[in-house]
Amino acid sequence: MSVEATEVTSQPTVRAVAGPAVIRIQDLVVEYPPRGFRQASTLAVRGLSLDVAQGEVFGFLGPNGAGKTSTMQVLLGFQPPTRGAASIFGVDVRDPIARQRIGYLPELTYYYKFLTAEELLRFYGRLFGIPKTELGKRIDAVLKLVELEPARKRLIKTYSKGMQQRIGLAQALINDPDLLVLDEPTSGLDPLGRMKVREIIQRLKLEGKTVLFSSHELGEVETVCDRIAIINQGELKILGRVADLVRQHQMDLERIFLRIIGYQPQPPA
Amino acid sequence: MNTVFCLAGIVIKELYRRKDFYVLFVVTALITLLMGSVNFFHEEKIVRYIKDICLLLIWVSSLVIAIATTARQIPAERESRTIFPLLAKPVSRGQLIAGKFVGCWLASGIALLVFYLFFAIVVGAKEGHLPVGQYVQAFWMQWSMLAIIISLVLLGSVVFTAPSSNVTISFAAALSILILGGHLHRLAALQPHLLGMLLSALYFLIPHLEWFYAVRERLIFDQGLLAWGDVTLATAYAAAYVGLSLCATWLLFRRKILTM
Repeated sequence: MSVEATEVTSQPTVRAVAGPAVIRIQDLVVEYPPRGFRQASTLAVRGLSLDVAQGEVFGFLGPNGAGKTSTMQVLLGFQPPTRGAASIFGVDVRDPIARQRIGYLPELTYYYKFLTAEELLRFYGRLFGIPKTELGKRIDAVLKLVELEPARKRLIKTYSKGMQQRIGLAQALINDPDLLVLDEPTSGLDPLGRMKVREIIQRLKLEGKTVLFSSHELGEVETVCDRIAIINQGELKILGRVADLVRQHQMDLERIFLRIIGYQPQPPA
Repeated sequence: MNTVFCLAGIVIKELYRRKDFYVLFVVTALITLLMGSVNFFHEEKIVRYIKDICLLLIWVSSLVIAIATTARQIPAERESRTIFPLLAKPVSRGQLIAGKFVGCWLASGIALLVFYLFFAIVVGAKEGHLPVGQYVQAFWMQWSMLAIIISLVLLGSVVFTAPSSNVTISFAAALSILILGGHLHRLAALQPHLLGMLLSALYFLIPHLEWFYAVRERLIFDQGLLAWGDVTLATAYAAAYVGLSLCATWLLFRRKILTM
């Protein structure tokens, strides 16, 4: 996984990675049609190309409106690409089977509040086609992992915000995924919760799983990610190993990020 | 198929964990029992009268349950964003639509069965006999009609994104079709050429729910069983209409952009 830190200035190309690519995005363009009369269409992603290798923790960064969410939406099948292609484990993302080995944790908790934690996990587990006996064991294991065992029979609507975040993590792990897509996984969590998520990511990495990680917490990204990509205005601006980028630019990730997106610090009045 | 039934199970679970069904059942039961206990017209046999009221309430309640349950499925999934973790699983949009349809249809069927059981108990206790075949036909015909309505409401739910607007529009459309749909061809004959053609086209386009409604009067007036061939034809008509509506729903929904 020795990928040189690369600042992308002109034509984006597919970046080669050492291991087999789990995620492959090629010349991806995402364009939203105009919302109303006299409005122009919005180009959210402009020819994005990148690969994420097996076993790496990959940070996908960018300011709000940079095109991160649009890219993730394409990867998760929420919208088709306007142009270009994206595949997961070699399967086109438009095919639902591409999501068989994925675990997805959305930024906010969006779960059926009329279900208990156990019912929710059983429902999602059945969607993955996990056999009944194995599913029972998986539910026990993930509830133990996120420390929600005592509350497994309670309706989700009675959960606190932190507990809802943890059930989100549990549902993302129910199929023992080979690729985990985490969208702002620590937002709304207390320091203990954040530590727990970090531990889980490290554990998954040791198991050889791939993690795609989107976050604004750059300190956290620096701690857990092997490689990062920063996109701005729909274009890939930088791609490389965190350590290499920090060494090459002689500054921490936050400063690199601000420089890439063109932020000019204002002098104090 | 497992995925479709798995999605359907969630719809059924939602129905019995919400209060709507219980409220409607209690209201139907109370009104029927209250009306049945008072002899307004000094008639000895008020069974027909009870049947009429009870069946009307059952029709209205089942329509409310079917439309309210179906109309909120996809819009509410989008509004509460539960659709994102769901579609991040190996679930196609076609399976999602099929699962929602099966779930709403089964949930409405369960509610309808409870209503008919109550109806059979009340009427059976008054009349002293129970024409099971007639009840089965009435139940099946009404359930088939609900399948058509559910498929149409599901189609509406991918067009209208707010659950409340979808419920209101679906209700207005279903009641209009039920009450006025059968008279459109007569109205068309009285109109000038172009308007008449448009009304005739509309007459052949909309589902003819009144064919299913007719079975209600047979039950009230004890007119005996419908020919089973007619029931089969009506079922085939409902199946064809449901198939077309679900196809249209899938075509509209399959490439719809769902923004987070």
